[in-house]
Amino acid sequence: MAIDAATVRKVARLARIAQPEERLEPLARELSGIMAWIEQLAEVNTEGVTPMTSAVSMPMPLRDDVVTDGGDASIILSNAPKSSGAFFVVPKVVE
Amino acid sequence: MSDLTRLTLKAALDGLQSKTFSSVELTQAHIDAVAQARALNAFVLETPEKALSMAADADARRAKGEAGPLTGAPLGVKDLFCTKGVRTTASSNILGNFVPEYESTVTSNLWRDGAVMLGKLNLDEFAMGSSNETSAFGPVVNPWRRNGSDAKLTPGGSSGGSAASVAADLCLGATATDTGGSIRQPAAFTGTVGVKPTYGRCSRWGVVAFASSLDQAGPIAKTVEDAAILLTSMAGHDAKDATSLDVATPDFASFVGKSVKGLRIGIPKEYRVDGMPAEIDALWEQGIAWLKDAGCEIVEVSLPHTKYALPAYYIVAPAEASSNLARYDGMRFGLRVEGGNLMETYENTRAKGFGEEVKRRILIGTYVLSAGYYDAYYLKALKVRRRIADDFDQAFQKVDALLTPTAPSAAFGLGENANDPVAMYLNDIFTVTVNLAGLPGMSLPAGVDANGLPLGLQLIGRTLDEGTLFSLGGALEKAADFRAKPAKWW
Repeated sequence: MAIDAATVRKVARLARIAQPEERLEPLARELSGIMAWIEQLAEVNTEGVTPMTSAVSMPMPLRDDVVTDGGDASIILSNAPKSSGAFFVVPKVVE
Repeated sequence: MSDLTRLTLKAALDGLQSKTFSSVELTQAHIDAVAQARALNAFVLETPEKALSMAADADARRAKGEAGPLTGAPLGVKDLFCTKGVRTTASSNILGNFVPEYESTVTSNLWRDGAVMLGKLNLDEFAMGSSNETSAFGPVVNPWRRNGSDAKLTPGGSSGGSAASVAADLCLGATATDTGGSIRQPAAFTGTVGVKPTYGRCSRWGVVAFASSLDQAGPIAKTVEDAAILLTSMAGHDAKDATSLDVATPDFASFVGKSVKGLRIGIPKEYRVDGMPAEIDALWEQGIAWLKDAGCEIVEVSLPHTKYALPAYYIVAPAEASSNLARYDGMRFGLRVEGGNLMETYENTRAKGFGEEVKRRILIGTYVLSAGYYDAYYLKALKVRRRIADDFDQAFQKVDALLTPTAPSAAFGLGENANDPVAMYLNDIFTVTVNLAGLPGMSLPAGVDANGLPLGLQLIGRTLDEGTLFSLGGALEKAADFRAKPAKWW
C-alpha cells in the first residue's frame, strides 16, 4: 500500500519526530518503496500459524519481589540534560 | 608495526603466561597501533590511560598467580556496550556525551576474566546499517583495498569498527552485536571470524537496545579458537536479562580441533540467489569439498521461506526499534533540543538527535504497529517468522549444521549502496534468517575474490550447539589456511 505525505505526517507525529513539510513527499516515496518490497509477505500462507513472539521458548523467569538497588538520586541524574536538587527538570506538562 | 600486534589472542595469552612479554608491553603496542590507524576511523573513543592501568593490574595479578582466562589481553568494545564511566554513544548524536553509571554484563564478564579495554569502537547508528555509513562519527574504512586501487571500501556493518580493528591488528579481539548479520557480514568483509551465539547465550543487559528479540552479542576475532575463548568469557546466565538462558557455558575452545567426521552438513538450495558473484558460489563449493574431505556427509536441504526473511525482518526489527527508541525523549539523559512546549521539545530532540536511517526505521516501525496495520503487517511478520524457524527445525532433523555463504558480495565501496535502502538491506539476505530463528551462526574467512578481497563462509547450528560450529569452523579454517592480510596503508 502506498504511503502518502499525510500518512508520513501522522506517523512522524506519533513517533515524536519533527519532519519539515518538504521532507514529507520524499519520505513518502522512500517508505512506499520499502513497504512495496515488504508486501511479498502476503504470498506466504500463514493460516493457523502461531505468531512467534520470542526467539527462544522458555517460561518468563520470576525474581523475588525485593528492592535490589536505589537510593542514590545523583547517579540517576548524572546524565540529565537539566536537573535541580534531586529532580529532573522538564518542560511544563500541565497548563 | 610491532610484532606483538600480529599475535592471535591465544598466542598473546601464551606469551603472557610464559612471561615472554608483559600486558603493559602488549597493551602499549596496541595503543600505538590504534593511534597510527586513525585513518580507519575504527575507534570513536580511545582509552589508552585506562588500558595501561588495566594492563598494570593484569600484570600484578598474573605475578601473584591470579591470572584469569583473558588476563592482560587488550580488546576493543563496540560502542553499543555501556561501560561505566566511559562515554557510550551507540554512534548516535542523541546519546551525546552519555556516560553510563553501570557496566554491561558482557563487558563485566570480560573484565572479570582479566581483559584490558583499548577503547570504544565505531558502528552504524544504533547498529542500524550494513556499511557503517549511518554512524554519527562517519564510516569506518575497511583496511582491505581492491588490488591496485585506493578506493575506500566499507568494512560492513553494523560492527564495522570491531571488524576493521581486528583485521588491522589494532586489538586482539572485539565485542560486537548481531541483530540481522551485524557480526557476520563485517567479519566476512574483513577476513575475520565472527560468531553470533544462540539468542540468550550472552546477556543483553547494558547493551543499547535495537530490536530486543533479535539482538545478540558475540565476538569478532582473528581465529576460530580466539572467538571461542572470547565467547566463553562473554556468555553466561544473567538474572538481569529475562531472556538470558540459564544454561552452563561450555569451554568453547575445547571444541576447536575436534574431529568433524560423520557430521551431516546441510546445503540449503534457496541460498543460491540470482546475481550472486560466481566466486562466492565457487567458494561455497570449495567449502563443501573441504568438509567432505574432513569426513562430513553433505545433504541438500530446503528452507523454503528464506526469501521472506528480510521483509519479515524489516517489520519485526523496526517495530521493536520504534518501541525501544521511544526512551530517547530528551528528559533524563542525552540530547535535549528545547521547543515551545513539551511535544515540540520531544519532536525537536528526536529530529536533531537521530540520523536519517534511524528515523526511517522508527517511522516504518511506528507505521506497522499503528492502529489498522498491526494485524496486516506486524502479526503477519511474526507468523512468517515462525515458518522460517520451522524450516530450520525440519532441516535440523536431517543435519547437524548448515553451510552457506555469509554475504552476497565482497566489501563494496563507501557510498555505493547509500541511496537505495532495499539494496543495502539485501546484504543480510544469508544472515538474517539465523536471527529470526534465534540460532547460532559463525562467519569465517575462506578465500579472496579476483580483487584480493576476503570472502566468508557461514556455519549455522542448532540452538545452543555453538560447540559443533567451533569444531566445523576449526576444520574449515585449517583447510582454507587463510593467511591473507590487508597491506598496511594507514
